[in-house]
Amino acid sequence: MAERLLDVEDLQVAFATEDGLVRAVDGVSFTLDRGEVVAIVGESGSGKSVTAMTLMGLTRGPNSRFGGSARLHGEELITASEDKLQRIRGEEIAMIFQDPISSLSPVHRIGDQIVEQIRAHEKISKAAALDRTVQLMERVGIPRAADRARAYPHEFSGGMRQRAMIAMALSLSPGVLIADEPTTALDVTIQAQILEEIRTLSRESDSGVIFVTHDLGVVADIADRVVVMYSGRVVEQGTLNEIFYDPQHPYTWGLLGSVTRMDREPPHRLPAIPGQPPSLVNAPTGCHFRPRCPHAFDKCGEVPPLESHVNDDPGHLDRCWLDVAEKRTRREVEDGRIGLKANSVAA
Amino acid sequence: MARFIVRRTISAIALLLATSFLVFSFFELIPNYNPARAIAGRNANQTTVDQVAKKFDLDKPFYVQYVHTMKLIFTGQVIDYQNDLNVVDQFKTRFPVTLSLVVPAAMIWLVVSILLGSISALRVGRLTDRLVMVGAIVGVSVPIFLLAALLLYLFAYKLTWFPNTGYTHFGDSPTQWAYHLILPWISIAVLSIGFYSRVLRSNLLDTVNQDYVRTARAKGLSQRRVFRRYVLRNSLMPIVTLFGLDFALLLGGAALVTETVFNLPGIGQFEASAIGNLDVPPILVGAIFTAFFVVLFSAITDVLYAVLDPRVRLTG
Amino acid sequence: MAVDPASRHADPSQDAAVASPAEGAAGFLIGEAPEKDPWAEGQHAPAIGPWKLAGRRLRRNKLALSFLGLFIVLVALCLLAPVYSHSIAQIGPNTNNVTGTVNVRGHSENVVSLDGVPIGPTFTRHYLFGADTNGRDLAVRLLYGGRTSLLIGGVATLIIIFFGTLVGLLSGYLRGPVDAVLRWFMELIWSFPPVILGVVVGTALAFGGIGPIKGNSIFIPTLIIGGIYIPYLGKPIRGEVLRLREMDFVDAARVVGISPWRIMLSEILPNTASTITVFVPIMLANAILLEAYLSFLGAGVQAPNASWGTLISDGLNYISTTPTFSLIPGAMLVLTVLSINVVGDGVRDALDPRAQVRIKT
Repeated sequence: MAERLLDVEDLQVAFATEDGLVRAVDGVSFTLDRGEVVAIVGESGSGKSVTAMTLMGLTRGPNSRFGGSARLHGEELITASEDKLQRIRGEEIAMIFQDPISSLSPVHRIGDQIVEQIRAHEKISKAAALDRTVQLMERVGIPRAADRARAYPHEFSGGMRQRAMIAMALSLSPGVLIADEPTTALDVTIQAQILEEIRTLSRESDSGVIFVTHDLGVVADIADRVVVMYSGRVVEQGTLNEIFYDPQHPYTWGLLGSVTRMDREPPHRLPAIPGQPPSLVNAPTGCHFRPRCPHAFDKCGEVPPLESHVNDDPGHLDRCWLDVAEKRTRREVEDGRIGLKANSVAA
Repeated sequence: MARFIVRRTISAIALLLATSFLVFSFFELIPNYNPARAIAGRNANQTTVDQVAKKFDLDKPFYVQYVHTMKLIFTGQVIDYQNDLNVVDQFKTRFPVTLSLVVPAAMIWLVVSILLGSISALRVGRLTDRLVMVGAIVGVSVPIFLLAALLLYLFAYKLTWFPNTGYTHFGDSPTQWAYHLILPWISIAVLSIGFYSRVLRSNLLDTVNQDYVRTARAKGLSQRRVFRRYVLRNSLMPIVTLFGLDFALLLGGAALVTETVFNLPGIGQFEASAIGNLDVPPILVGAIFTAFFVVLFSAITDVLYAVLDPRVRLTG
Repeated sequence: MAVDPASRHADPSQDAAVASPAEGAAGFLIGEAPEKDPWAEGQHAPAIGPWKLAGRRLRRNKLALSFLGLFIVLVALCLLAPVYSHSIAQIGPNTNNVTGTVNVRGHSENVVSLDGVPIGPTFTRHYLFGADTNGRDLAVRLLYGGRTSLLIGGVATLIIIFFGTLVGLLSGYLRGPVDAVLRWFMELIWSFPPVILGVVVGTALAFGGIGPIKGNSIFIPTLIIGGIYIPYLGKPIRGEVLRLREMDFVDAARVVGISPWRIMLSEILPNTASTITVFVPIMLANAILLEAYLSFLGAGVQAPNASWGTLISDGLNYISTTPTFSLIPGAMLVLTVLSINVVGDGVRDALDPRAQVRIKT
């Protein structure tokens, strides 16, 4: 059994805004073990990024409200003091952000930005920290690292910037690495390289990775386990195979249905999930997916619990009232292609 | 850098000539304005007016007058209409006064507004923030001369803590110098503090939401370090430009209201009286003087900007 | 472009975050994810127009509302000047009374003493706030002066709004030579500090008047102030128009063959409305302040008319003995400008959801 790094239980994050309380994260639970890659998947506004940032205390603010718990090595993060979080940030949990150009300070040298992080956590000399920075930059594949450390972010290409970001995140060998859509802002060819980099480096350092994305293709590439979020809630989670080959929640079916697949004949037009995600201020009662779900019935007015339905497998959980057999007959669309709507391909 | 200096110098000279020409032609265009008659006085007869016109070359065509006046200015021989005194000499004796007024006032307003703007942004939405912002909006709503009047009444006449008006040279007595200038410094500083702290607060609140600030926090830096090194630094850059221009204008005589109320014999007071009498030569010299500082400080702020932000390149 | 006086906050581009409700409500909290504003208006929430939303926000802003009330009271007071003059003080604003006496609680006093010092506040119906050296009733002049200040400020603001918008529209939409000429003019005015430019032009025109307008007419400072601030609105509107003209809905209108004038007036102008609205209070406050500066320096309102600026200026001679001569008109001026500024901030915050949320964060 691998070492348990993170244990998130019924996490809730809400923000007070002028329109009312926005429940950005509403009951999220998952775990992360050493050496494991957990992907959090969902569309914009599903709360995946907020979940990730909350683990580092980056969503704290006068208008934020928190509930539930998130423990790192058994230590509570949600109520941790700012001092303690400050020590954890960068050293035990590090983060790679989506847009490397806006996420690096434009007016500081790249090397200095990494040196700064090392020296914020370790009492070592500037020169020693710089040596390490250059090594790190070489390790993530930045050529002529000693020179490039003196450059500014605008002198780097997008891919190089993201490599610098990764070097920064790995500089203190954190146990938990959070990657928040790290490839979204990059060219497709660069995306693959960066993914590869994150995978090998995390494997080398044996850290756990939380990979936040909306891209199921990337998920298939990198994840061991998948957490699907919708409208602030986890609707389903399980291993990569469970999610891709035996998805239990209609939302997951919809997600999978809207991906092009190389192994199947493509449909005329990619099906999309009809409708819009609900407002987080005035969310529907019961299952949040209910208004968009063609399979909804009376019971969906109550919130379904996140529990195991398939073979009592404790790793595969979902929030849906339909029973397993029913799900399996309903989700199959033409040619074994999984989709949201039974018996019809949205054309 | 050499290229930058050369190009800036050329454009500066062009600007100085353009400014002076515009100002000079403006007076040519004033309806019913005859400087010779104005100098000679209301009761002067035609002969006197003609003599005056001859003395100041006012009977010559417009462009001849302009070239002549500019020549006089740059050889330091130009005299004013009202008192027959050398304008350049007066600028020389008055400039230290303006410098004494403006430089410390600028330091005060810069330091105080950075402090207040930062406190306000750090305590955003709370009582401190509200109090500071109410103070700031009052600060920008009070005209300088009224604040000066209030300060004079309270601290000079009622409490007699400070002298009412006048100026002592720094060389004569530094304490008396400061003693005489405290109220004028405050008068100038308050408006700018109100304005700058509002601008800075809004810049800070924008910068705090930048992604690189989030990265800095995610690195585990202390709040203080994130604020100083990332948030404040980037928010101060627009302030640099603003400050450069304000400072240049004040040095060039834009502190005329304060200098008038406190009877400080600086450039601004001189300019105010010259404008009141439509005395062209000092107004012209004042315009050139101000333009010079504006050009100088815009070059300095550009250099500073290039130093502070590596993305910026110096261009002429 | 800031100077000593009114200028500094006469730089609206710095002071006013130009509102554009179209931008939505992103970044509502420090450290929020860069996801595309998931909670933007319109998702399942009942659709509310930006103006209605702004109105609702403004109504919730107690501070702005109370200062709006104060502003209305001040304006009403000034409008009632003739009533006060006729029925209470029983003296006109420009009526001299150097040799007269006034009955103060039983004993008679000279309005202007033998050595020329005017009487201070009597706090009775006559010479409530004292007299000036000509024996004129300062309370009456305070109200009439307020009318002048507000009139100059108001008309100047109308000039600024009309011409600033026009210039911005023409310059930004037509571009080319029209833009070049208009921009040259705007840059020219913009590059001089407002107070200095105003004082020079004001003094010159007060000397000889322009055309049929006499030197002491209050139209002169009105025109000068209006003219000086036109670029302060014209430049931001131009920038806004440059942005708008590249948008798809304008392209669509062009493709359909709608004339440039129609596009400017019916497609672009309505979209600059929130920017213009934000600038109205800023311009009004600055116009009133600039008038005070000009009058203080003798280049604004000319005798026998009064404005708050001239009253403060006149009172300065007696600041050591009777400070109320300056401080009462000063207080009226500051309260007026302050209330406009507070309301202006409220309007700006109401129209710019980002700013509003920011303040609440």
